[in-house]
Amino acid sequence: MNRIHVNSTVNGDATQFLCDPGASLLDVLRDTLHLTGSKEGCGSGDCGACTVELDGEMVCSCLVLAAEAEGRTVATIEGVAEGSVLHPVQQKFLEHAALQCGFCTPGFIVAAKSLLDRNPNPTETEVRYWLAGNLCRCTGYDKIVRAVMDAAAELRQERTPA
Amino acid sequence: MPSPAFHAPDTVEGAVALLSGDPTARPLSGGTDLIVQMRSGRIAPSAVVDLKRIASLSGVRREGDAFVIGAATPCTALKNDADLCAAWPGVVEAANLIGSVQVRNRATMAGNLCNASPAADSVPALVAAGASCVVAGPAGMREVAVQDIPVSPGRTSLASGEFVVEFRLPVRGTRAADAYLRSIPRTEMDIAVVGVGANIELDADGTCTAASIALGAVAPTVVLVEAAGAALVGTRLEDDALASMVEAVTAACAPIDDKRGTVAYRKAMAGVLAKRTVQIAAQRAGAKA
Amino acid sequence: MNAPDKIQTFRHVGTRPVRPDGVDKVTGKALYGTDFKAPGMLWGAILRSPHPHARIVSIDTRAAEKLSGVKAVATGKDLPTLESLVMHVGEGASDIVDISHNCLAFDKVLYEGHAVAAVAAITPEIAREAAALIAVDYEVLPHVLGLDEALADDAPLIREPAEGRSEEKPSNVAMEVTMGKGDVEAALAGAAAVVKGHYTMEPVHQGYIEPHACVASWNADGQAQIWCSSQGHFMIRSLTASVLAMAQSDIRVMPLEIGGGFGGKTTVYLEPVAMILSRKSGRPVRLGMSREDVFRATGPAPGAVIDVRLGAEADGTLVAAEVIFKYHSGAFAANDAGAGVASAVGHYRIANTRLSGIQVLCNRPAAKAYRSPGAPQVNFAVESAIDELAIKLGMDPLELRLRNAARPGDLQTSGLPWGEIGWVQCLEAAKAHPHWSAPLGPNQGRGIAGGYWGNFGGPSTVNLSVAEDGTFTVATGSPDIGGSRASMAIMAAEVLEVPYEQVRCIVADTASIGVSFVTVGSRTTFATGMATVEAARDVKRLMCERAARTWQVADENVEWREGHAVCIAGEKQGEKMSAAQIAGSSLHSGGPIAVTSALSAKGWLPGFGFHICDVEVDPETGHVAVVRYTAVQDVGRAIHADYVEGQIQGGVAQGIGWALNETYIYNKDGKLENPGFLDYRMPVASDMPMIDTVMVEVPNPEHPYGVKGVGEVPIVPPLAAVANAVHAATGKRMRSLPMSPDKVHAALHGDR
Repeated sequence: MNRIHVNSTVNGDATQFLCDPGASLLDVLRDTLHLTGSKEGCGSGDCGACTVELDGEMVCSCLVLAAEAEGRTVATIEGVAEGSVLHPVQQKFLEHAALQCGFCTPGFIVAAKSLLDRNPNPTETEVRYWLAGNLCRCTGYDKIVRAVMDAAAELRQERTPA
Repeated sequence: MPSPAFHAPDTVEGAVALLSGDPTARPLSGGTDLIVQMRSGRIAPSAVVDLKRIASLSGVRREGDAFVIGAATPCTALKNDADLCAAWPGVVEAANLIGSVQVRNRATMAGNLCNASPAADSVPALVAAGASCVVAGPAGMREVAVQDIPVSPGRTSLASGEFVVEFRLPVRGTRAADAYLRSIPRTEMDIAVVGVGANIELDADGTCTAASIALGAVAPTVVLVEAAGAALVGTRLEDDALASMVEAVTAACAPIDDKRGTVAYRKAMAGVLAKRTVQIAAQRAGAKA
Repeated sequence: MNAPDKIQTFRHVGTRPVRPDGVDKVTGKALYGTDFKAPGMLWGAILRSPHPHARIVSIDTRAAEKLSGVKAVATGKDLPTLESLVMHVGEGASDIVDISHNCLAFDKVLYEGHAVAAVAAITPEIAREAAALIAVDYEVLPHVLGLDEALADDAPLIREPAEGRSEEKPSNVAMEVTMGKGDVEAALAGAAAVVKGHYTMEPVHQGYIEPHACVASWNADGQAQIWCSSQGHFMIRSLTASVLAMAQSDIRVMPLEIGGGFGGKTTVYLEPVAMILSRKSGRPVRLGMSREDVFRATGPAPGAVIDVRLGAEADGTLVAAEVIFKYHSGAFAANDAGAGVASAVGHYRIANTRLSGIQVLCNRPAAKAYRSPGAPQVNFAVESAIDELAIKLGMDPLELRLRNAARPGDLQTSGLPWGEIGWVQCLEAAKAHPHWSAPLGPNQGRGIAGGYWGNFGGPSTVNLSVAEDGTFTVATGSPDIGGSRASMAIMAAEVLEVPYEQVRCIVADTASIGVSFVTVGSRTTFATGMATVEAARDVKRLMCERAARTWQVADENVEWREGHAVCIAGEKQGEKMSAAQIAGSSLHSGGPIAVTSALSAKGWLPGFGFHICDVEVDPETGHVAVVRYTAVQDVGRAIHADYVEGQIQGGVAQGIGWALNETYIYNKDGKLENPGFLDYRMPVASDMPMIDTVMVEVPNPEHPYGVKGVGEVPIVPPLAAVANAVHAATGKRMRSLPMSPDKVHAALHGDR
């Protein structure tokens, strides 16, 4: 089978890769581009551990063919921090101990950031429904929801001119 | 399991050519069903034809007295069209119960319809709304009622090489609204055990002038229960009218026992949800006066 | 909660610092089982049985071997023939023959999903294609899934009796455990109130999000490396070596980060197979499971059939308890019945008890430990029955529990006395909590339940070394599933009286540290923590000795204070040396400063939990929503308070999932119908309320910082707490899990 040559932008960098036509974007991110922060928990869009943004909208990268990324922009967990400066969502996950095993954490952080980019002041219910596509088996979600609410508060403060 | 070929045409004609030339080729819009089925080995298409590069297939637009929804429009994008949300809140909410936000950012109503699951969330709402879809194929374009697309679980009436290009819903005025509810064990991320779409029109004094009730997951395909709608027309949705409607709904159910629900539970839920859905639609319609 | 004389003040214990592995995990850098790649690595794939029970007549691998890119094919015939040997390196005992036959079926497949053959190829696609080309000729045998069905006289036997053995009639009973005392029948006959009930549930899965995966590389000289995520890399080493009949020291297991386990990663499924493929191909081989594989072929917790009878006097004093149960064992012997018997009613003082459980073989994947293995099932039945008894007696259900609660010195089921348990304190704390007296809304009900888990100690090794700049590295052999590196650093920093950031903790591989038991039984903070404290004390003593040598004073004139060696007498009195000064000059004072603490920790104590749950039931649909939840638990002492709360919240969420929707669904052909997260239905964020936690601290006197295990207890009470709440809301007693909407609706409306 001929491989497909794909040009896309991954975490801000122009990126080229060759992929099998049936390969998922997650396969390419993890095995070709060595961006293993996006995890495969199910391969069927039911756990959210592989959440990335495709042209600014969060998707399960296991449910995207890599070939579809031609000309599109992909943002993964590896691009959430700016250099060594953590995004407030990442910082609040640490401060609130919103992770135990940490396997679902990249997907939650990409999803939570996507929410706060759109809705700076979500209610607890909005946070819970937005994150319903991300399974966590360790935390019972309590500390995750608190971390996201706290990150939202911090981002609102950052955005308000002093 | 050899990999399929991948094509991304930018015209409807190009897609028709690719799909009609290859009987096992499959159109790809959101991919949330197709890719799962491919990866599990349940299907092995020889080619995948991505429809998202065809400009006319993405987005919601107005054409005369119709809303036109491109077949490759992801469910979440429907929420960005305020007019569509005002006219067809039930259709928009049904499409936005599928999977998770991640899934809805990819999934489309056309994919939901053509996957031909009796439990598809958007289909009862579209059927209750009287939506049609435009189908492209080797013989050109044709317009079909949404309820005529699925014929049995996993099978559609589409001919080889045909695919849905858009949905059409009427633009409509005040005192009409729709709603959709489903029964699932969790609050999100679930397949409907039963789904009910209701579309109601009222006149100035609150009498129902038109009503459509459609059920999902209680039969091999979505069921439009004409007797249920008829039970409401001419009434002010009093308790006995609702009871007659529920009776008609229950009678129209022919569900199966499976891992997601029992026959008895599905029948009971169809009635409960039909009543609730009609009340929400009527309240919305009344509120628009 | 402590008597004043027991109050200690701490510098770090009980605080909430950021975990040392935190940034790696929020940035995607942390490497889990599926993330590791070795140069030249091949990709493996496993062919699994489509049948629940069949004899393997033949396996034809020729087509797979011929496929271009395939480098190795393996079947059960490639594993050595082993003598039966019961090993205790995972959670509970396992026969190595069973473990081997579970990794690759030998002559029979015993459940749908049982591994039959494996291939290694240059790409994952070729590996999958090759696996599909392996032709297996099966002679399909009758199968059995249900507990009562598997015990019927005409049930197919899962394990054929060994030839020449003339014991009693062979059956599918894998294990029977019975305990008790007194005369149950007489006590029940004389009781003022008796309740009885029959409770059932299907198996449930641990549901960790990371599927199993490993990379193995076995060289021509017989030495091997394995990279994998597990609850114990020493367990991986000993089981893999035993299955392959090789020396343990020839295997070095590198622990990767583990994406959840909850008891499910306490055995080997893939590692011996990857080793065989590596030996055959001469290259490193990765094997991984899909989510479907995880559901079909890794251990769920057993389902159960439980019969309970309880009797009490009119004042509420419990006089008799009988708990008779059956647990699924699956295709191989499992271990849950013992804990089920031991934990059924041990939290109450009851003079007459009869407690008996059996494990039943059937054509399902072998049951594996799941968080308090064996306890939640019986607790559901017993705590539901207690609720029923309170109603029958007209007593407050919390007061009924308080009246009968076991106290220190009372006898456990085993006959040994309870130590410093905090069960009564939990009940008192719950009574005082605002949740207990909060008003309820329409269609809402409140349920309570309590329970415990025995916890464990066991073998742990810790190395503590001092860098030349006076910073510290703690290396343990215990995989960190939920923040234990932070807890170790806290305890070492507490002993050393230095800032938390001055101590870093890592998990070392099997060649770099001594043997450490699996991370199970809520043992790591207790046992590995004890080794950490011991090592830190040794290092502190060593540093004082080095300072004394430098000052040329007697050892007893030097003490460790505020992170410094201080001379407390003689002409150098008042002089201080920091860890940096001592370590920086260690070359001249006796060499590097490092110690090993290897111990088998004793003196563990059980944890007790008491939960309050409010539900709202939709009377028309049967949907149950948990709207408020409070979990009270005796944690001994919280080392890292956030992660203690997190363990409680996570256990509660799993318990709520078990109570409401999670269940294995097999069809009549013996095939799993819901092997994915969509239809297995674990709780999502919108299903859960916040989970209020109340940490009661009754310190364990046998641990330097009072630690008791905390991780497992919180899954014990939720099943009954939710069921009792549903009863309070609806008047219906739900005795079959899960309490899914259709079952609640049927209870309310009498559906067939």
